[in-house]
Amino acid sequence: MILLVTSHANGKLNKATYELASAAVAIGREGPITALVLGSGVAQVAAEAARIADQVLVADQPELAQYDPEVWCAAVAQVAQEGEAHTILIAASRSGREYSPRVAVKLDAPLLEDVVSLHDSAGKLIAERYSFLNRVSETIEASGPLVVVSVKPGAFTPALPSSEVAEQFDVELDLVQRRVKVLEQVKESSDRVPLAEADLVVAGGRGVGSPQGFTRLIVGLADQLGAAVGATRAVVDAGWRPYAEQVGQTGKTVQPKAYIAVGISGAVQHLSGMNRSTCIVAINKDPDAPIFKVADYGIVGDVQEIVPALIDQLRK
Amino acid sequence: MRILTLVRQVMDAQESVRIANNAVELDGRKLVMDTMDEYGVEEALRLRERGMQAEVVAVGVGSARVEEALRTALAMGADRAIHVETDAALDPIALSAVMARIARAETADLILCGGQQSDWDSQALGAATAERLGWPQATWVRALEVSGTSVSGQHDTDEGVESFEVQLPVVITTQQGLNEPRYPTLPNIMKAKKKEIRKDSLESYAVAPRVKTTGVAAQSRQRLKKIMDGKDALVAAAQLVHSLRNEAQVIQ
Repeated sequence: MILLVTSHANGKLNKATYELASAAVAIGREGPITALVLGSGVAQVAAEAARIADQVLVADQPELAQYDPEVWCAAVAQVAQEGEAHTILIAASRSGREYSPRVAVKLDAPLLEDVVSLHDSAGKLIAERYSFLNRVSETIEASGPLVVVSVKPGAFTPALPSSEVAEQFDVELDLVQRRVKVLEQVKESSDRVPLAEADLVVAGGRGVGSPQGFTRLIVGLADQLGAAVGATRAVVDAGWRPYAEQVGQTGKTVQPKAYIAVGISGAVQHLSGMNRSTCIVAINKDPDAPIFKVADYGIVGDVQEIVPALIDQLRK
Repeated sequence: MRILTLVRQVMDAQESVRIANNAVELDGRKLVMDTMDEYGVEEALRLRERGMQAEVVAVGVGSARVEEALRTALAMGADRAIHVETDAALDPIALSAVMARIARAETADLILCGGQQSDWDSQALGAATAERLGWPQATWVRALEVSGTSVSGQHDTDEGVESFEVQLPVVITTQQGLNEPRYPTLPNIMKAKKKEIRKDSLESYAVAPRVKTTGVAAQSRQRLKKIMDGKDALVAAAQLVHSLRNEAQVIQ
């Protein structure tokens, strides 16, 4: 079987899970697509999963209320072994990328990490992924009785829920004790368009001058366009914006139709989070800023003057 | 106590990518210790400077050039280094088997490695090494304290930042923001030349890669680079909106 590990928050499957369902079909391997739901009080999530898989395994246990890499690894490995899975699909979120290698080691399987395409060719799994700070595309392959795959969010079109409802099976898993104690969680969510899902992103760097400047220019322009808001690492570290908006090597990777970079010089680490956007627009006062080298359109000038003029122009 | 810090030698991020013979060409390019690994070396040294009684051992696996990264780690202040010399292309899962064997042989208590390798764009090495050793892990750590055998800190998660506590032994993956890595001083660079780099051959570790790379291509998207002068903000803004609406057709 193809084991698809769902991820969910607030009683709902997230978009990445629907993308995994598309990836599971794209592989072209035999065996039922089996969705695994891990959590506590997840009946609603399981019902949702029943519309994107051939069968659903539900582990509804209090120990699964909160994610932990070792607990998740143990759970996924046990289900994969007992169900004789030949492929395990995990969303390559930050958490997915930290427990999927453990699953691969535990089951002595190869790992195809953060892939953007996937298909079977005579028993081999062939995938594409990006490397060298998102600047290179690699074709990679692995074979064997089991392959673990983490799938880059946004790479596959989300599957549409089927009108058929798959059968659900409750499973009781032998879990391990969590060893990393979580003392405090600070969730920095944003009530705007989710960054990773947006067609348009307006992002700001230190060049906007201040937190107030960010709100006026970046949020103002994003509101006018119905765009998501992104920020550089420097802006997030300075406490101007929440971590949820950080784009780059240590933040989110985005690939919108248009990425409008305002007051961003374009450090390689930032570029690696957005350099595959369809259209890149840069506004910066420094004509030598590296961001202009990857831009389709650019304006060299004072962001404090140009962005308000843009907002005015868009209102027309 | 013993801290292992895993270092890799990669192409400097400022270098542009060139493909030759179905691989990213590294000959003649500037190679450096992966910046994410630098934070690990620095943190090991800072833990010791804050009072942890520990030997700091830098470990590298790869071709002869990895020795430069190990020399850098030694010049920063690591006590000694281990170099498993090989030209084989090991994927992170295979490499973790080597790392785990060394950690066992060295009876390590703490392993530090970069959160994401800038050549592979992989986050698997730390986690895979932890699983092989049966250790817990904390990834993307931005603050770290060790007190006795208790490790506490802060790290990034899917949705924000978490404070955590865990007991040694543990694998920690490091990132920007954890510290400011020091530059090796000339006296320390001289001293580092006398420090030991033990050479092992990969054969003694009996590992083989499980993932094969069959094709490599540089990102091919050509950018238009239509850069305008913004001295007259109104004119530039009008021109940009016109281009985005009619030419790129990305906005309404």
